[in-house]
Amino acid sequence: MFPKPIEKSSAGVRTAYKAMLPVALLIWLMPLLAIMVFSVKPGADFTTGNYWGIPSSFNLFENYGKVFFESDMPRYLLNSLLITVPTVIGCMILSAMTGFALGIYRFRSNLWIFFMFVAGNFVPFQILMVPVRDLTLDMGLYNTIAGLVLFHVAFQTGFCTLFMRNFIRALPFPLIEAARVEGVAEWRIFLYVVLPLMKPALAAMAVLIFTFIWNDFFWAIVLTQGVETQPVTAGITSFNAQYRAAYHLMSAGSIVAALPPVLMFFLMQKHFIAGLTLGAVK
Amino acid sequence: MTNPVAVPQTTAERPRSWYKRNEIALTPWLFLIPGVLFFLVYVIFPIFQSISISFTEWDGLGQAEPVGLENYRELFDDDAFYTSLRNNIIWLFLYLLAIPAGLFIALFLNQTVFGIRLYKSLFFFPFVISQVVVGLVFSWFYDPTFGLFNEIIGWFGLGPVNVLGDERYVTYGIIAAGIWPQTAYCMILYLTGLNAVDPEQVEAARLDGAKGWRMLWYVIIPQLKPATFIAFVVTIIGALRSFDLISIMTNGGPFGESRVLSFYMFEVALSEYGFRMGYGAAIAVILFLIMMIFITYFLWSMYREERGR
Repeated sequence: MFPKPIEKSSAGVRTAYKAMLPVALLIWLMPLLAIMVFSVKPGADFTTGNYWGIPSSFNLFENYGKVFFESDMPRYLLNSLLITVPTVIGCMILSAMTGFALGIYRFRSNLWIFFMFVAGNFVPFQILMVPVRDLTLDMGLYNTIAGLVLFHVAFQTGFCTLFMRNFIRALPFPLIEAARVEGVAEWRIFLYVVLPLMKPALAAMAVLIFTFIWNDFFWAIVLTQGVETQPVTAGITSFNAQYRAAYHLMSAGSIVAALPPVLMFFLMQKHFIAGLTLGAVK
Repeated sequence: MTNPVAVPQTTAERPRSWYKRNEIALTPWLFLIPGVLFFLVYVIFPIFQSISISFTEWDGLGQAEPVGLENYRELFDDDAFYTSLRNNIIWLFLYLLAIPAGLFIALFLNQTVFGIRLYKSLFFFPFVISQVVVGLVFSWFYDPTFGLFNEIIGWFGLGPVNVLGDERYVTYGIIAAGIWPQTAYCMILYLTGLNAVDPEQVEAARLDGAKGWRMLWYVIIPQLKPATFIAFVVTIIGALRSFDLISIMTNGGPFGESRVLSFYMFEVALSEYGFRMGYGAAIAVILFLIMMIFITYFLWSMYREERGR
Protein backbone atom coordinates (compact mmCIF):
# COMPACT_ATOMS: atom_id res chain seq x y z
CA MET A 1 0.00 0.00 0.00
CA PHE A 2 1.17 3.48 -0.79
CA PRO A 3 1.59 5.86 0.91
CA LYS A 4 2.87 4.06 3.96
CA PRO A 5 -0.05 3.07 6.21
CA ILE A 6 -0.44 5.58 8.96
CA GLU A 7 -0.79 2.84 11.59
CA LYS A 8 2.89 2.13 11.19
CA SER A 9 3.78 5.70 12.06
CA SER A 10 4.27 7.18 15.50
CA ALA A 11 1.29 8.16 17.63
CA GLY A 12 2.05 11.83 16.99
CA VAL A 13 1.81 11.48 13.23
CA ARG A 14 -1.41 9.54 13.55
CA THR A 15 -3.04 12.19 15.71
CA ALA A 16 -1.86 14.92 13.39
CA TYR A 17 -3.33 13.09 10.42
CA LYS A 18 -6.66 12.58 12.12
CA ALA A 19 -6.76 16.22 13.05
CA MET A 20 -5.90 17.29 9.54
CA LEU A 21 -8.71 15.31 7.91
CA PRO A 22 -11.65 17.41 9.12
CA VAL A 23 -9.74 20.65 8.56
CA ALA A 24 -8.93 19.68 4.98
CA LEU A 25 -12.53 18.65 4.38
CA LEU A 26 -13.78 21.95 5.78
CA ILE A 27 -11.55 23.90 3.41
CA TRP A 28 -12.47 21.67 0.48
CA LEU A 29 -16.20 22.10 0.96
CA MET A 30 -16.09 25.72 2.09
CA PRO A 31 -18.00 27.29 -0.82
CA LEU A 32 -20.72 24.71 -0.32
CA LEU A 33 -20.87 25.13 3.44
CA ALA A 34 -21.21 28.85 2.90
CA ILE A 35 -24.45 28.49 0.98
CA MET A 36 -25.73 25.97 3.49
CA VAL A 37 -25.30 28.62 6.15
CA PHE A 38 -26.98 31.17 3.87
CA SER A 39 -29.93 28.88 3.29
CA VAL A 40 -30.96 28.84 6.96
CA LYS A 41 -30.54 32.57 7.57
CA PRO A 42 -33.48 34.94 7.69
CA GLY A 43 -33.76 37.46 4.86
CA ALA A 44 -33.31 40.32 7.31
CA ASP A 45 -29.67 39.33 7.88
CA PHE A 46 -28.85 40.21 4.28
CA THR A 47 -30.42 43.63 4.41
CA THR A 48 -28.61 44.49 7.63
CA GLY A 49 -25.31 43.25 6.23
CA ASN A 50 -24.95 40.37 8.66
CA TYR A 51 -23.56 38.02 6.05
CA TRP A 52 -21.08 35.94 7.99
CA GLY A 53 -22.13 36.62 11.55
CA ILE A 54 -24.30 34.28 13.58
CA PRO A 55 -27.78 34.03 12.02
CA SER A 56 -30.20 36.19 13.95
CA SER A 57 -32.68 33.33 13.77
CA PHE A 58 -32.74 29.80 12.44
CA ASN A 59 -35.03 29.82 9.42
CA LEU A 60 -34.55 26.38 7.92
CA PHE A 61 -38.24 25.56 7.65
CA GLU A 62 -39.38 29.01 6.51
CA ASN A 63 -36.79 29.20 3.72
CA TYR A 64 -37.16 25.68 2.41
CA GLY A 65 -40.91 25.89 2.87
CA LYS A 66 -40.98 28.90 0.58
CA VAL A 67 -38.95 27.02 -2.02
CA PHE A 68 -41.29 24.06 -1.92
CA PHE A 69 -44.66 25.73 -1.55
CA GLU A 70 -44.41 29.24 -2.96
CA SER A 71 -42.24 28.84 -6.04
CA ASP A 72 -42.15 26.83 -9.25
CA MET A 73 -39.40 24.65 -7.84
CA PRO A 74 -41.56 21.52 -7.36
CA ARG A 75 -42.65 21.75 -10.98
CA TYR A 76 -39.04 22.00 -12.17
CA LEU A 77 -38.12 19.03 -10.00
CA LEU A 78 -40.97 17.03 -11.48
CA ASN A 79 -39.85 17.96 -15.01
CA SER A 80 -36.32 16.87 -14.20
CA LEU A 81 -37.63 13.55 -12.99
CA LEU A 82 -39.81 13.11 -16.07
CA ILE A 83 -36.82 13.77 -18.28
CA THR A 84 -34.28 11.75 -16.34
CA VAL A 85 -36.10 8.50 -15.62
CA PRO A 86 -37.24 7.70 -19.20
CA THR A 87 -33.78 8.60 -20.46
CA VAL A 88 -32.15 6.18 -18.05
CA ILE A 89 -34.54 3.40 -19.06
CA GLY A 90 -34.10 4.09 -22.77
CA CYS A 91 -30.32 4.10 -22.49
CA MET A 92 -30.32 0.86 -20.55
CA ILE A 93 -32.39 -0.92 -23.19
CA LEU A 94 -30.48 0.40 -26.20
CA SER A 95 -27.02 -0.05 -24.77
CA ALA A 96 -27.68 -3.51 -23.35
CA MET A 97 -28.41 -4.49 -26.96
CA THR A 98 -25.56 -2.63 -28.66
CA GLY A 99 -23.15 -3.69 -25.93
CA PHE A 100 -24.20 -7.31 -26.41
CA ALA A 101 -23.80 -7.11 -30.18
CA LEU A 102 -20.38 -5.47 -30.03
CA GLY A 103 -19.11 -7.42 -27.05
CA ILE A 104 -20.04 -10.96 -28.10
CA TYR A 105 -19.93 -11.13 -31.90
CA ARG A 106 -16.93 -10.89 -34.14
CA PHE A 107 -17.55 -9.26 -37.48
CA ARG A 108 -15.48 -6.99 -39.63
CA SER A 109 -17.09 -3.63 -38.87
CA ASN A 110 -17.41 -4.33 -35.15
CA LEU A 111 -14.55 -2.11 -34.02
CA TRP A 112 -15.57 0.69 -36.38
CA ILE A 113 -19.12 0.83 -35.09
CA PHE A 114 -17.75 0.79 -31.58
CA PHE A 115 -15.42 3.68 -32.40
CA MET A 116 -18.29 5.60 -33.94
CA PHE A 117 -20.10 5.43 -30.59
CA VAL A 118 -17.00 6.39 -28.64
CA ALA A 119 -16.05 9.28 -30.91
CA GLY A 120 -19.61 10.59 -31.06
CA ASN A 121 -19.74 10.58 -27.30
CA PHE A 122 -16.83 13.04 -27.16
CA VAL A 123 -17.90 15.62 -29.75
CA PRO A 124 -18.70 19.15 -28.56
CA PHE A 125 -22.43 19.72 -28.05
CA GLN A 126 -22.30 22.86 -30.16
CA ILE A 127 -21.69 20.99 -33.38
CA LEU A 128 -24.98 19.16 -32.83
CA MET A 129 -26.93 22.12 -31.56
CA VAL A 130 -28.36 23.71 -34.72
CA PRO A 131 -29.34 20.47 -36.53
CA VAL A 132 -30.73 18.80 -33.42
CA ARG A 133 -32.80 21.84 -32.55
CA ASP A 134 -34.04 21.94 -36.11
CA LEU A 135 -34.88 18.24 -36.14
CA THR A 136 -36.75 18.60 -32.86
CA LEU A 137 -38.70 21.56 -34.25
CA ASP A 138 -39.57 19.60 -37.40
CA MET A 139 -40.88 16.69 -35.37
CA GLY A 140 -43.05 19.10 -33.40
CA LEU A 141 -41.22 18.16 -30.24
CA TYR A 142 -39.59 21.49 -29.49
CA ASN A 143 -40.30 22.52 -25.91
CA THR A 144 -41.55 19.08 -24.96
CA ILE A 145 -40.12 16.63 -22.51
CA ALA A 146 -40.23 13.92 -25.18
CA GLY A 147 -37.99 15.94 -27.49
CA LEU A 148 -35.37 16.31 -24.80
CA VAL A 149 -35.61 12.65 -23.78
CA LEU A 150 -35.15 11.40 -27.35
CA PHE A 151 -31.98 13.40 -27.79
CA HIS A 152 -30.56 12.41 -24.41
CA VAL A 153 -31.22 8.73 -25.07
CA ALA A 154 -29.50 8.94 -28.45
CA PHE A 155 -26.49 10.85 -27.21
CA GLN A 156 -25.94 8.86 -24.03
CA THR A 157 -26.14 5.62 -26.01
CA GLY A 158 -22.57 6.45 -27.08
CA PHE A 159 -21.20 6.42 -23.58
CA CYS A 160 -23.42 3.54 -22.48
CA THR A 161 -22.33 1.37 -25.38
CA LEU A 162 -18.70 1.95 -24.48
CA PHE A 163 -19.53 1.01 -20.92
CA MET A 164 -21.59 -2.11 -21.63
CA ARG A 165 -19.41 -3.42 -24.41
CA ASN A 166 -16.28 -3.31 -22.23
CA PHE A 167 -18.15 -4.98 -19.43
CA ILE A 168 -19.47 -7.76 -21.66
CA ARG A 169 -16.01 -8.30 -23.14
CA ALA A 170 -14.81 -9.19 -19.66
CA LEU A 171 -17.48 -11.88 -19.16
CA PRO A 172 -16.42 -15.50 -19.55
CA PHE A 173 -17.03 -16.34 -23.21
CA PRO A 174 -17.24 -20.16 -22.72
CA LEU A 175 -20.59 -19.51 -21.08
CA ILE A 176 -22.02 -18.33 -24.38
CA GLU A 177 -20.37 -21.11 -26.34
CA ALA A 178 -21.86 -23.66 -23.98
CA ALA A 179 -25.31 -22.18 -24.57
CA ARG A 180 -24.79 -22.29 -28.34
CA VAL A 181 -23.77 -25.93 -28.20
CA GLU A 182 -27.01 -26.59 -26.37
CA GLY A 183 -28.81 -25.03 -29.33
CA VAL A 184 -30.12 -22.01 -27.48
CA ALA A 185 -31.28 -19.27 -29.84
CA GLU A 186 -29.09 -16.16 -29.87
CA TRP A 187 -31.80 -13.84 -28.56
CA ARG A 188 -32.40 -16.25 -25.71
CA ILE A 189 -28.69 -16.19 -24.92
CA PHE A 190 -29.04 -12.42 -24.62
CA LEU A 191 -32.12 -12.61 -22.45
CA TYR A 192 -31.27 -15.53 -20.18
CA VAL A 193 -27.47 -15.76 -20.14
CA VAL A 194 -25.95 -12.33 -20.70
CA LEU A 195 -28.62 -9.98 -19.35
CA PRO A 196 -28.61 -11.44 -15.82
CA LEU A 197 -24.84 -11.09 -15.74
CA MET A 198 -25.10 -7.46 -16.85
CA LYS A 199 -27.14 -6.40 -13.83
CA PRO A 200 -24.32 -4.80 -11.82
CA ALA A 201 -23.08 -2.90 -14.88
CA LEU A 202 -26.59 -1.72 -15.71
CA ALA A 203 -27.07 -0.51 -12.15
CA ALA A 204 -23.78 1.40 -12.20
CA MET A 205 -24.64 2.90 -15.56
CA ALA A 206 -28.14 3.88 -14.49
CA VAL A 207 -26.81 5.85 -11.53
CA LEU A 208 -24.29 7.64 -13.71
CA ILE A 209 -26.75 8.51 -16.45
CA PHE A 210 -29.22 9.73 -13.86
CA THR A 211 -26.62 12.17 -12.59
CA PHE A 212 -25.48 13.28 -16.05
CA ILE A 213 -29.00 13.94 -17.27
CA TRP A 214 -30.22 15.54 -14.07
CA ASN A 215 -27.29 17.94 -14.24
CA ASP A 216 -27.64 18.76 -17.93
CA PHE A 217 -28.06 22.43 -18.57
CA PHE A 218 -27.07 23.06 -22.18
CA TRP A 219 -29.69 20.91 -23.89
CA ALA A 220 -32.34 22.05 -21.48
CA ILE A 221 -31.93 25.64 -22.62
CA VAL A 222 -31.58 24.69 -26.28
CA LEU A 223 -34.62 22.43 -26.52
CA THR A 224 -37.03 23.72 -23.88
CA GLN A 225 -38.31 26.96 -22.43
CA GLY A 226 -40.71 27.82 -19.67
CA VAL A 227 -41.91 26.26 -16.51
CA GLU A 228 -43.94 23.50 -18.20
CA THR A 229 -40.94 21.64 -19.57
CA GLN A 230 -37.69 22.99 -18.20
CA PRO A 231 -35.73 20.86 -15.75
CA VAL A 232 -34.46 22.25 -12.50
CA THR A 233 -31.00 23.20 -13.81
CA ALA A 234 -32.56 25.62 -16.26
CA GLY A 235 -35.39 26.56 -13.89
CA ILE A 236 -33.04 27.68 -11.16
CA THR A 237 -32.10 30.75 -13.22
CA SER A 238 -35.73 31.86 -13.45
CA PHE A 239 -36.11 31.05 -9.78
CA ASN A 240 -33.14 33.27 -9.01
CA ALA A 241 -34.51 36.04 -11.18
CA GLN A 242 -37.74 35.85 -9.18
CA TYR A 243 -35.91 36.08 -5.84
CA ARG A 244 -33.15 38.44 -6.90
CA ALA A 245 -30.97 39.44 -3.93
CA ALA A 246 -32.91 37.11 -1.61
CA TYR A 247 -29.79 35.07 -1.02
CA HIS A 248 -31.33 32.90 1.65
CA LEU A 249 -33.96 31.66 -0.83
CA MET A 250 -31.57 31.35 -3.76
CA SER A 251 -29.24 29.27 -1.57
CA ALA A 252 -32.06 27.05 -0.41
CA GLY A 253 -33.24 26.65 -4.00
CA SER A 254 -29.78 25.68 -5.19
CA ILE A 255 -29.45 23.08 -2.49
CA VAL A 256 -32.81 21.59 -3.39
CA ALA A 257 -31.84 21.50 -7.07
CA ALA A 258 -28.57 19.75 -6.30
CA LEU A 259 -30.00 17.26 -3.84
CA PRO A 260 -31.41 14.37 -5.94
CA PRO A 261 -28.11 13.34 -7.58
CA VAL A 262 -26.42 13.73 -4.21
CA LEU A 263 -28.94 11.37 -2.61
CA MET A 264 -28.51 8.99 -5.53
CA PHE A 265 -24.77 9.07 -4.99
CA PHE A 266 -24.93 8.37 -1.26
CA LEU A 267 -27.53 5.61 -1.63
CA MET A 268 -25.83 3.90 -4.56
CA GLN A 269 -22.27 4.81 -3.78
CA LYS A 270 -20.77 1.45 -4.62
CA HIS A 271 -22.39 1.34 -8.05
CA PHE A 272 -21.63 4.96 -8.73
CA ILE A 273 -17.91 4.63 -8.10
CA ALA A 274 -17.72 1.29 -9.90
CA GLY A 275 -19.25 3.01 -12.92
CA LEU A 276 -17.00 6.06 -12.89
CA THR A 277 -13.81 4.14 -12.43
CA LEU A 278 -14.50 1.36 -14.90
CA GLY A 279 -11.23 0.93 -16.73
CA ALA A 280 -9.20 2.84 -14.16
CA VAL A 281 -7.58 -0.44 -13.17
CA LYS A 282 -6.34 -3.16 -15.40
CA MET B 1 -61.73 -24.33 -39.17
CA THR B 2 -58.88 -26.57 -38.34
CA ASN B 3 -56.91 -28.74 -40.61
CA PRO B 4 -58.28 -32.25 -40.24
CA VAL B 5 -55.03 -33.90 -41.19
CA ALA B 6 -52.29 -33.19 -38.73
CA VAL B 7 -49.04 -32.66 -40.52
CA PRO B 8 -46.35 -34.59 -38.72
CA GLN B 9 -43.54 -32.26 -37.74
CA THR B 10 -40.14 -33.79 -38.16
CA THR B 11 -37.66 -31.16 -37.16
CA ALA B 12 -34.73 -33.13 -38.43
CA GLU B 13 -35.96 -33.14 -42.00
CA ARG B 14 -37.34 -29.63 -42.15
CA PRO B 15 -34.81 -27.41 -43.91
CA ARG B 16 -33.57 -24.81 -41.47
CA SER B 17 -34.90 -21.37 -42.22
CA TRP B 18 -32.70 -18.71 -43.79
CA TYR B 19 -32.62 -16.85 -40.51
CA LYS B 20 -31.61 -19.94 -38.59
CA ARG B 21 -28.76 -20.65 -40.94
CA ASN B 22 -27.39 -17.13 -40.68
CA GLU B 23 -28.33 -16.53 -37.08
CA ILE B 24 -24.87 -15.73 -35.78
CA ALA B 25 -24.14 -13.28 -38.57
CA LEU B 26 -27.53 -11.57 -38.36
CA THR B 27 -28.14 -11.29 -34.64
CA PRO B 28 -25.57 -8.57 -33.93
CA TRP B 29 -27.13 -6.37 -36.61
CA LEU B 30 -30.63 -6.84 -35.27
CA PHE B 31 -29.38 -5.83 -31.84
CA LEU B 32 -27.47 -2.87 -33.23
CA ILE B 33 -30.20 -1.38 -35.40
CA PRO B 34 -32.10 0.69 -32.80
CA GLY B 35 -29.02 2.05 -31.06
CA VAL B 36 -27.12 2.81 -34.26
CA LEU B 37 -30.15 4.40 -35.88
CA PHE B 38 -30.74 6.71 -32.93
CA PHE B 39 -27.10 7.61 -32.77
CA LEU B 40 -26.82 8.31 -36.49
CA VAL B 41 -29.88 10.54 -36.56
CA TYR B 42 -29.07 12.58 -33.45
CA VAL B 43 -25.27 12.60 -33.38
CA ILE B 44 -23.49 11.55 -36.55
CA PHE B 45 -25.65 13.17 -39.24
CA PRO B 46 -25.91 16.48 -37.34
CA ILE B 47 -22.13 16.76 -37.40
CA PHE B 48 -22.20 16.77 -41.21
CA GLN B 49 -25.27 18.98 -41.30
CA SER B 50 -23.48 21.52 -39.11
CA ILE B 51 -20.49 21.47 -41.42
CA SER B 52 -22.74 22.18 -44.40
CA ILE B 53 -24.66 24.90 -42.50
CA SER B 54 -21.33 26.58 -41.78
CA PHE B 55 -21.05 27.39 -45.48
CA THR B 56 -24.34 29.31 -45.44
CA GLU B 57 -25.92 32.41 -43.99
CA TRP B 58 -29.04 31.31 -42.15
CA ASP B 59 -31.32 32.83 -39.50
CA GLY B 60 -32.86 29.46 -38.66
CA LEU B 61 -36.22 30.26 -40.24
CA GLY B 62 -35.99 31.29 -43.85
CA GLN B 63 -33.96 29.89 -46.68
CA ALA B 64 -30.29 29.23 -46.02
CA GLU B 65 -28.13 31.18 -48.40
CA PRO B 66 -24.86 29.60 -49.52
CA VAL B 67 -21.94 31.91 -48.90
CA GLY B 68 -18.97 29.58 -49.36
CA LEU B 69 -16.13 30.23 -46.97
CA GLU B 70 -17.41 33.69 -45.98
CA ASN B 71 -18.16 32.65 -42.37
CA TYR B 72 -14.66 31.33 -41.89
CA ARG B 73 -13.17 34.44 -43.41
CA GLU B 74 -15.21 36.53 -41.00
CA LEU B 75 -13.95 34.45 -38.07
CA PHE B 76 -10.44 35.31 -39.16
CA ASP B 77 -11.03 39.01 -38.39
CA ASP B 78 -13.26 38.51 -35.36
CA ASP B 79 -11.67 39.65 -32.09
CA ALA B 80 -14.31 37.87 -30.02
CA PHE B 81 -13.33 34.63 -31.75
CA TYR B 82 -9.68 35.08 -30.79
CA THR B 83 -10.61 35.92 -27.21
CA SER B 84 -12.68 32.73 -27.04
CA LEU B 85 -9.92 30.66 -28.59
CA ARG B 86 -7.35 32.08 -26.18
CA ASN B 87 -9.61 31.33 -23.24
CA ASN B 88 -10.16 27.79 -24.51
CA ILE B 89 -6.41 27.24 -24.48
CA ILE B 90 -6.13 28.66 -20.95
CA TRP B 91 -8.96 26.36 -19.87
CA LEU B 92 -7.28 23.36 -21.43
CA PHE B 93 -3.94 23.89 -19.68
CA LEU B 94 -5.21 24.95 -16.29
CA TYR B 95 -7.85 22.24 -16.20
CA LEU B 96 -5.10 19.65 -16.40
CA LEU B 97 -4.04 20.76 -12.93
CA ALA B 98 -7.02 18.76 -11.70
CA ILE B 99 -5.04 15.58 -12.44
CA PRO B 100 -2.07 16.16 -10.08
CA ALA B 101 -4.43 17.79 -7.56
CA GLY B 102 -6.66 14.71 -7.66
CA LEU B 103 -3.65 12.43 -7.24
CA PHE B 104 -2.49 14.50 -4.28
CA ILE B 105 -5.82 14.26 -2.49
CA ALA B 106 -6.06 10.56 -3.31
CA LEU B 107 -2.64 9.97 -1.72
CA PHE B 108 -3.71 11.98 1.29
CA LEU B 109 -6.88 9.95 1.74
CA ASN B 110 -5.47 6.51 0.92
CA GLN B 111 -5.34 5.40 4.55
CA THR B 112 -7.43 3.16 6.72
CA VAL B 113 -8.36 5.22 9.74
CA PHE B 114 -11.80 5.33 11.31
CA GLY B 115 -14.38 7.12 9.13
CA ILE B 116 -12.15 7.40 6.08
CA ARG B 117 -14.84 6.09 3.77
CA LEU B 118 -17.11 8.96 4.70
CA TYR B 119 -14.26 11.40 4.16
CA LYS B 120 -13.64 9.98 0.70
CA SER B 121 -17.32 10.36 -0.22
CA LEU B 122 -17.45 13.91 1.08
CA PHE B 123 -14.33 14.86 -0.85
CA PHE B 124 -15.96 13.43 -3.96
CA PHE B 125 -19.12 15.41 -3.29
CA PRO B 126 -18.47 18.40 -5.61
CA PHE B 127 -18.49 16.16 -8.67
CA VAL B 128 -22.06 15.02 -8.07
CA ILE B 129 -23.48 18.52 -7.93
CA SER B 130 -24.58 20.07 -11.20
CA GLN B 131 -22.27 22.65 -12.75
CA VAL B 132 -25.12 25.12 -12.57
CA VAL B 133 -25.14 24.93 -8.79
CA VAL B 134 -21.32 24.94 -8.67
CA GLY B 135 -21.46 28.11 -10.76
CA LEU B 136 -23.97 29.76 -8.42
CA VAL B 137 -22.03 28.70 -5.35
CA PHE B 138 -18.82 30.13 -6.72
CA SER B 139 -20.33 33.36 -7.96
CA TRP B 140 -21.53 34.01 -4.41
CA PHE B 141 -18.18 32.87 -3.09
CA TYR B 142 -16.48 35.54 -5.23
CA ASP B 143 -19.04 38.26 -4.56
CA PRO B 144 -17.23 41.52 -3.79
CA THR B 145 -19.62 42.66 -1.07
CA PHE B 146 -20.23 39.53 0.96
CA GLY B 147 -18.33 36.66 -0.68
CA LEU B 148 -16.27 34.41 1.50
CA PHE B 149 -13.36 34.77 -0.90
CA ASN B 150 -12.95 38.48 -0.23
CA GLU B 151 -13.60 37.89 3.43
CA ILE B 152 -10.61 35.55 3.51
CA ILE B 153 -8.18 37.61 1.46
CA GLY B 154 -9.27 40.53 3.63
CA TRP B 155 -7.66 38.78 6.61
CA PHE B 156 -4.35 39.09 4.80
CA GLY B 157 -4.97 42.75 4.06
CA LEU B 158 -5.83 42.16 0.40
CA GLY B 159 -8.79 42.97 -1.75
CA PRO B 160 -11.58 43.40 -2.16
CA VAL B 161 -11.32 41.96 -5.64
CA ASN B 162 -14.32 41.64 -7.90
CA VAL B 163 -13.08 38.42 -9.50
CA LEU B 164 -15.94 37.97 -11.93
CA GLY B 165 -16.18 41.64 -12.82
CA ASP B 166 -12.51 42.09 -13.63
CA GLU B 167 -11.43 41.09 -17.12
CA ARG B 168 -7.98 40.13 -15.85
CA TYR B 169 -9.22 37.54 -13.37
CA VAL B 170 -12.57 36.40 -14.67
CA THR B 171 -11.45 33.39 -16.71
CA TYR B 172 -9.19 32.15 -13.94
CA GLY B 173 -11.99 32.56 -11.42
CA ILE B 174 -14.33 30.43 -13.51
CA ILE B 175 -11.66 27.82 -14.18
CA ALA B 176 -11.04 27.51 -10.45
CA ALA B 177 -14.73 26.73 -10.02
CA GLY B 178 -14.48 24.10 -12.75
CA ILE B 179 -11.34 22.50 -11.37
CA TRP B 180 -13.07 21.88 -8.06
CA PRO B 181 -15.43 19.10 -9.25
CA GLN B 182 -12.90 17.88 -11.81
CA THR B 183 -10.31 17.32 -9.08
CA ALA B 184 -12.86 15.28 -7.19
CA TYR B 185 -13.34 13.08 -10.24
CA CYS B 186 -9.61 12.56 -10.73
CA MET B 187 -9.29 11.80 -7.04
CA ILE B 188 -11.79 8.98 -7.21
CA LEU B 189 -10.05 7.55 -10.29
CA TYR B 190 -6.73 7.56 -8.46
CA LEU B 191 -8.18 6.14 -5.25
CA THR B 192 -9.41 3.17 -7.26
CA GLY B 193 -6.07 2.96 -9.02
CA LEU B 194 -4.12 3.07 -5.75
CA ASN B 195 -6.28 0.27 -4.43
CA ALA B 196 -5.07 -1.94 -7.26
CA VAL B 197 -1.36 -1.13 -6.90
CA ASP B 198 0.57 -4.36 -6.49
CA PRO B 199 1.61 -4.50 -2.80
CA GLU B 200 4.46 -6.90 -3.53
CA GLN B 201 6.11 -4.44 -5.89
CA VAL B 202 5.77 -1.72 -3.30
CA GLU B 203 7.35 -3.93 -0.63
CA ALA B 204 10.13 -4.98 -2.99
CA ALA B 205 10.88 -1.36 -3.83
CA ARG B 206 10.81 -0.50 -0.15
CA LEU B 207 13.41 -3.19 0.55
CA ASP B 208 15.53 -1.64 -2.17
CA GLY B 209 15.41 1.61 -0.26
CA ALA B 210 12.88 3.48 -2.39
CA LYS B 211 10.55 5.82 -0.58
CA GLY B 212 8.72 9.12 -0.80
CA TRP B 213 8.97 10.87 -4.16
CA ARG B 214 11.16 8.26 -5.80
CA MET B 215 8.75 5.51 -4.85
CA LEU B 216 5.84 7.59 -6.14
CA TRP B 217 7.53 8.45 -9.41
CA TYR B 218 9.16 5.14 -10.33
CA VAL B 219 6.86 2.57 -8.76
CA ILE B 220 3.40 4.00 -8.13
CA ILE B 221 2.71 6.36 -11.02
CA PRO B 222 3.63 3.80 -13.71
CA GLN B 223 1.08 1.46 -12.17
CA LEU B 224 -1.54 4.20 -12.19
CA LYS B 225 -1.28 4.59 -15.96
CA PRO B 226 -4.83 3.40 -16.79
CA ALA B 227 -6.28 5.83 -14.24
CA THR B 228 -4.14 8.65 -15.61
CA PHE B 229 -5.31 7.93 -19.15
CA ILE B 230 -8.96 8.17 -18.17
CA ALA B 231 -8.27 11.27 -16.09
CA PHE B 232 -6.70 12.89 -19.16
CA VAL B 233 -9.61 11.98 -21.40
CA VAL B 234 -12.32 13.27 -19.07
CA THR B 235 -10.38 16.40 -18.11
CA ILE B 236 -9.61 17.46 -21.67
CA ILE B 237 -13.15 16.81 -22.83
CA GLY B 238 -14.45 18.62 -19.75
CA ALA B 239 -12.24 21.64 -20.42
CA LEU B 240 -13.36 21.96 -24.03
CA ARG B 241 -17.01 21.42 -23.11
CA SER B 242 -17.05 24.22 -20.54
CA PHE B 243 -20.28 26.10 -21.02
CA ASP B 244 -22.52 25.87 -17.97
CA LEU B 245 -20.17 27.67 -15.60
CA ILE B 246 -19.58 30.57 -17.97
CA SER B 247 -23.26 30.90 -18.76
CA ILE B 248 -24.19 30.93 -15.07
CA MET B 249 -21.33 32.91 -13.58
CA THR B 250 -20.71 35.71 -16.07
CA ASN B 251 -22.73 35.12 -19.22
CA GLY B 252 -19.51 35.70 -21.13
CA GLY B 253 -18.75 39.05 -19.55
CA PRO B 254 -17.32 41.43 -18.61
CA PHE B 255 -17.02 42.74 -22.18
CA GLY B 256 -17.03 39.18 -23.50
CA GLU B 257 -13.70 38.49 -21.79
CA SER B 258 -14.74 35.15 -20.30
CA ARG B 259 -16.20 33.64 -23.48
CA VAL B 260 -14.97 30.33 -24.81
CA LEU B 261 -15.79 28.88 -28.22
CA SER B 262 -18.69 26.79 -26.98
CA PHE B 263 -20.25 29.78 -25.30
CA TYR B 264 -19.55 32.19 -28.14
CA MET B 265 -21.15 29.77 -30.58
CA PHE B 266 -24.31 29.65 -28.51
CA GLU B 267 -24.35 33.42 -28.16
CA VAL B 268 -24.08 33.93 -31.90
CA ALA B 269 -26.56 31.26 -32.95
CA LEU B 270 -29.21 31.19 -30.28
CA SER B 271 -29.48 34.10 -27.91
CA GLU B 272 -30.75 37.63 -27.73
CA TYR B 273 -27.66 38.65 -29.70
CA GLY B 274 -28.89 36.99 -32.84
CA PHE B 275 -29.72 33.93 -34.79
CA ARG B 276 -26.73 33.55 -37.07
CA MET B 277 -26.82 29.79 -37.47
CA GLY B 278 -24.24 29.71 -40.26
CA TYR B 279 -21.67 31.73 -38.35
CA GLY B 280 -22.36 29.75 -35.19
CA ALA B 281 -21.92 26.50 -37.07
CA ALA B 282 -18.55 27.71 -38.34
CA ILE B 283 -17.42 28.34 -34.75
CA ALA B 284 -18.71 24.90 -33.78
CA VAL B 285 -16.76 23.33 -36.63
CA ILE B 286 -13.53 24.93 -35.37
CA LEU B 287 -14.22 23.63 -31.86
CA PHE B 288 -15.03 20.23 -33.32
CA LEU B 289 -11.73 20.14 -35.20
CA ILE B 290 -9.81 20.99 -32.02
CA MET B 291 -11.67 18.25 -30.18
CA MET B 292 -11.07 15.85 -33.07
CA ILE B 293 -7.30 16.03 -32.47
CA PHE B 294 -7.84 14.62 -29.01
CA ILE B 295 -10.57 12.19 -30.02
CA THR B 296 -8.31 10.73 -32.70
CA TYR B 297 -5.54 10.30 -30.16
CA PHE B 298 -7.89 8.58 -27.70
CA LEU B 299 -9.24 6.24 -30.35
CA TRP B 300 -5.76 5.46 -31.53
CA SER B 301 -4.73 4.52 -27.97
CA MET B 302 -7.81 2.35 -27.64
CA TYR B 303 -7.12 0.75 -31.01
CA ARG B 304 -3.60 -0.25 -29.98
CA GLU B 305 -4.99 -1.65 -26.76
CA GLU B 306 -7.58 -3.72 -28.65
CA ARG B 307 -4.96 -5.05 -31.01
CA GLY B 308 -2.76 -5.93 -28.07
CA ARG B 309 -5.35 -8.26 -26.64
